[in-house]
Amino acid sequence: MMNTTQTATIALAKTVSSKQVIEVNNLRKGFGNQEVLKDISLQLFDGENLVVLGKSGSGKSVLIKCIVRLLNIDAGTINVLGEDVSKLNTDGLGELRKKIGFLFQSGALYDSMTVKQNLEFPLRRIKKSLSHKEIDEKVKDVLENVGLFDALDKMPSQLSGGMRKRISLARTIIVDPMIMLYDEPTTGLDPATSDEISLLINDIQKRYKTSSIIITHDIECARTTANRIIILNEGVVYQEGNLEMFEKSTDTLIKSFFI
Amino acid sequence: MMKKFTLVPKLTPKLQAAKIQTIKLSEKTFVKIEKANNFFTDVANAFLFISRTIKETFSRDFEFRELLRQSYQIGYKSLALISVTGFIMGLVLTIQSRPSLITFGALSKLPGMVAISLIREIGPVITALICAGKIGSGMGAELGSMKVSEQIDAMEVSSTNPIKFLIVTRVLAATLMIPLLILYADALGILGSWAGANIKGDITFVLFYSQAFSHFTFIDFLPAVVKSFFFGSVIGFVGCYKGYSAGRGTESVGIAANSAVVLSSLLVIIVDLIAVQITDML
Repeated sequence: MMNTTQTATIALAKTVSSKQVIEVNNLRKGFGNQEVLKDISLQLFDGENLVVLGKSGSGKSVLIKCIVRLLNIDAGTINVLGEDVSKLNTDGLGELRKKIGFLFQSGALYDSMTVKQNLEFPLRRIKKSLSHKEIDEKVKDVLENVGLFDALDKMPSQLSGGMRKRISLARTIIVDPMIMLYDEPTTGLDPATSDEISLLINDIQKRYKTSSIIITHDIECARTTANRIIILNEGVVYQEGNLEMFEKSTDTLIKSFFI
Repeated sequence: MMKKFTLVPKLTPKLQAAKIQTIKLSEKTFVKIEKANNFFTDVANAFLFISRTIKETFSRDFEFRELLRQSYQIGYKSLALISVTGFIMGLVLTIQSRPSLITFGALSKLPGMVAISLIREIGPVITALICAGKIGSGMGAELGSMKVSEQIDAMEVSSTNPIKFLIVTRVLAATLMIPLLILYADALGILGSWAGANIKGDITFVLFYSQAFSHFTFIDFLPAVVKSFFFGSVIGFVGCYKGYSAGRGTESVGIAANSAVVLSSLLVIIVDLIAVQITDML
């Protein structure tokens, strides 16, 4: 069980392979006359945490929504685990999405269900062969991992912001995804809780061997979680590199993030 | 090298004013065209939504448990409201009709008249309008807030078909439960009518009941039952469509709930009009 009061840093997983799990090529996406993503190309390697930084409105959330095809792209290709996402039929897309966990900015817990029901919901649909007992055990196990075992019978409205984010995280990892997509995981949280969430992201990377894209404008979260960082600006990839490189950079835009 | 000359006519004040007026008219026309375009787009989206819902109804892995839950929410949770309104419907209709029937010396026809009015028309329509308010707005608000808080997206990403889980179950539950609520309201309306008849009269329930249904035929009952299924479907589809297509702000939740009530109430009246025309031909 992870002790969320620990002050020791949970180190990032250092082992990152060269195998690509996500490849985005020349992605373009706009809404009406506004072009949000103009020409995005990036790769996510197996086992790594890739942090995508950018100003508000730079298209970070649009990028990861295109990856899971919550939004249809205008041009370019997105390959996830070797499959072209835009060419998949409904069944194929459903199968691919079972391997991807998506943490929404607001948490997106189902209001009419308890925490237990929220966690069981994706599990019953994705892992249909599990028995009731196995489902119960998995729910308890994942709640212990996020340090919220006592919240089992609570409704989402009874939880604090940080608790809701952790339960959402639990709901995402309960199906053992290969890829995690985090949309602003620390937004709206106090610094201490943000730190807990960042450490949890690292713990998930190690425990579940996930490859992750983390969308954020929280530099502390980026510092804690990133194996590699990409900065988006005006719809294109502005710069790509590791934390050390960015912190030493003299570029004005990069410096504005890493003050 | 030849100089190029372009003739730019000088605009007199009159021409300038006419130009400004033309631009204003063009803008107004453009706004009207855009509104009409939005309306037809909305209608097309609604038809796509309905066809997708019907398609998912007959696809595999039907969500029975959610259907039962929605049926409980729509049916059982509305019983108290429908009980009160059904009883009052019959009571008020009886009290209002009694003086007129006395004038025509037809007081003995009161139970039959009330029963036929209630079961053929007033019961289904008023109950459906109440359900449009309670159930339609509830669906619009719930689905709208789920849309705003990305719960529907979360469902989609976790490999759950939101149309199948959220929409099909609600529409079917409304289609099945609202006719039952209407029948229940009719029954309580008859009871209320008997209570009304006894305010100034004295009639046993058995006698009242036999007088109410002595001239009642199958053709009085069947069209009312059939149209009540259409009322349920309309309320379900409209409430779900308005909620599912809500915008991304909290204001849109209120708009979804409000427009669900207004549109489903209007469509209930229109469906009733069509049903009456068809019944008249039978």
